Amino acid sequence: MSSSENYEPQLYAKREPVFPRRVKGSFRTLKWWLMALMLGIYYITPWIRWDRGPDLSDQAVLVDLANRRFFFFMVEIWPHEFYFVAGLLIMAGIGLFLFTSALGRVWCGYACPQTVWTDLYILVERWVEGDRNARLRLYRQPWGAEKIRKYGTKWLLWLLIGLATGGAWVFYFTDAPTLLRDLVTFNAHPVAYGTIAFLTATTFLFGGFFREQVCIYGCPWPRIQAAMMDEDTITISYREWRGEPRGKQRKGEAEDAHGDCIDCMACVNVCPMGIDIRDGQQLACITCGLCIDACNDVMDRIGKPRELIGYMALTDETRERAGNPPKSIWKHVFRPRTIVYTTLWAGIGLGLLVALFLRTDIDMSISPIRNPTFVTLSNGSIRNAYDIRLRNMNENARQFYVTVADNPSITLTMEGVQGQLVTVGPDEQLIQRVYLTASAGTPAAAAATTPVRLWVSVSGETDRIYGETVFNGSGQR
Amino acid sequence: MATPNKKNHDRPTTGHSWDGIEEFDNPMPRWWLWTFYATIIWAVVYWILFPAWPLVRGATAGVLGYSSRADVAAEIAAADQANQVWYDQLMATDLNAITANPELERFAVNAGAAVFRAQCSQCHGAGANGLRPGSGFPNLLDDEWMWGGTMEDIVQTVTYGIRNTDFPDARYSEMPSFGRDGLLTPEEIDQVVNHVLAISGQAHDNALAAAGEQVFLDNCASCHMDDGSGDAFVGAPALNNAIWLYGGSADEIRASVNNARFGIMPGFTGRLPDAQIRAVAAYVHQLGGGQ
Repeated sequence: MSSSENYEPQLYAKREPVFPRRVKGSFRTLKWWLMALMLGIYYITPWIRWDRGPDLSDQAVLVDLANRRFFFFMVEIWPHEFYFVAGLLIMAGIGLFLFTSALGRVWCGYACPQTVWTDLYILVERWVEGDRNARLRLYRQPWGAEKIRKYGTKWLLWLLIGLATGGAWVFYFTDAPTLLRDLVTFNAHPVAYGTIAFLTATTFLFGGFFREQVCIYGCPWPRIQAAMMDEDTITISYREWRGEPRGKQRKGEAEDAHGDCIDCMACVNVCPMGIDIRDGQQLACITCGLCIDACNDVMDRIGKPRELIGYMALTDETRERAGNPPKSIWKHVFRPRTIVYTTLWAGIGLGLLVALFLRTDIDMSISPIRNPTFVTLSNGSIRNAYDIRLRNMNENARQFYVTVADNPSITLTMEGVQGQLVTVGPDEQLIQRVYLTASAGTPAAAAATTPVRLWVSVSGETDRIYGETVFNGSGQR
Repeated sequence: MATPNKKNHDRPTTGHSWDGIEEFDNPMPRWWLWTFYATIIWAVVYWILFPAWPLVRGATAGVLGYSSRADVAAEIAAADQANQVWYDQLMATDLNAITANPELERFAVNAGAAVFRAQCSQCHGAGANGLRPGSGFPNLLDDEWMWGGTMEDIVQTVTYGIRNTDFPDARYSEMPSFGRDGLLTPEEIDQVVNHVLAISGQAHDNALAAAGEQVFLDNCASCHMDDGSGDAFVGAPALNNAIWLYGGSADEIRASVNNARFGIMPGFTGRLPDAQIRAVAAYVHQLGGGQ
């Protein structure tokens, strides 16, 4: 991590700033496209509309914390269906296992927000100050008009990006157009401004100043990933057996005095983490592939074969050292471990999909009132009370029809409602007290407990659901 | 990776070695130190601004004058102010029209539930079932009301109470102690007890019950009615059903006839605001027995 040769023991080390040089190549191009894709998804998603009728928000993706609803296009998740979110989190976890065991730290190198936003900030930095050497010069030169102007411009642009980042975040939690209008007219809730200010500050600091230190000191993920990689995991390596001894070919030296590495430092200069990949795979390497681009460019120019630095697995190293060709990428990727991960991931995904399509848009939960367990009425009949929670997961107000499964001695009545129909508002839930009464002397009234089943259906629709509970009679347990 | 880093050979290690794995003695980042200093400064500023150091009595006050008790008091005041709107509406609404406004009803029932737990549950039980059958504390869930179960009746009962001397408007009645005061002979009491067992559908002695009918008509029916259906106007409970305030067995009925019963309830006007009395009445009314 440090390039200094002198290792006097120190308690604290100053950060050595990293000035990555510009690079062109296939991995850089891929990273530009991925950056555009991911920033696009992040900034545009809250603005996609989805018609849900007059009573619900028409924002396609909305985390409505205040009303405890999560909307994702045609899907609406209520708090009691949180297992869908838990399932998605498990899928995300297994997905990371899969990608890490197959492709190493591909998340860190290409998709992590810290990487993407740092990349964007470095792009701005280069645009304002110039490439590596110009930035280094500016960094070392004392404060003056030019430095103030350039650093000021850079920080202003960073702040604006940070503002847009924090600004986009809050749109996920409430109606985006309304909030934007409130934000610019200073009518929005202080929490919105506070969240934007906080995320602007963290984006500015993490993307502009902390950068690689977030990965090295702050993030637990590199440590976990190191434990999940194996000898077949694709990762970035320097073909040391091909490159060493490194050095420039001088006049008079034998052709084979040096390896392919001409020690041009191109791979080091482009590295956003400020490391030397030739030291071997290391904690600070996020496998972003930029050193591969830089080295391939140099190899092309000096007429040597590409891939002195390249994606490879540990097993390839022994093969190549013995003069054998490496295993193909596909053989590395498709191995029992990754197939198990894929199967698990797909199984959970299928399960969630099935659950999503089989669920009804009505739901009920029953909580029996146990204090007291039963009431004796004047005609000697035994009455139990239950609070049932009826959920109308639909954009229209509907009438719910509540019945008790056929037990001739038990009748159902509801508090404050004539008959057995109760109206539940659009996308709302209602707690309704329900009484079950068993006539005097019937088995249910005399027994200690009788299992009962309550049915709920929506008038005019075919879906119906039931809930199980018990009826407490006057009989002793 | 297998490639040894030549530079690393010069770097100091902690001197520990586990199975040949050594640990570099790398310096910590400088900004960690700054962060540590910042937390110290934060702590000092906090001590100055907020209550911090415990003293013998209390703690240092802090220049901002913050106190969590004052916070709670302010929150309670704000909640009371927010509730006042609803209490005002509750007072302005006709008792029987409360249920027509679902929002007001929800407020009244929830506010009333809180009042009930604090003021009523000691006698009537947290579940409003009168602690236990035969305890003498009425079960408010069932469909029998000694003094009436409409909203007006319940508000009246809660406001002035039953058989107390605090309020002239308290509900009042008194049953004679037929046995203790010698108004009926033990034989007559036996007969009337069997009659009551008969009209409430319980096992009884037919001969005694037949004789008891006349005793009942002469002594009891003026309050409990000829058929034993009771009279809410004088708080006389129905005797021809399955609900018993003091128990429905022959011995328990005999005890009631011998010594009479004199259950009392305090009035709550003056103790509770009128709006809270209305709220608790609304709560009790919707427990399953309201008329």
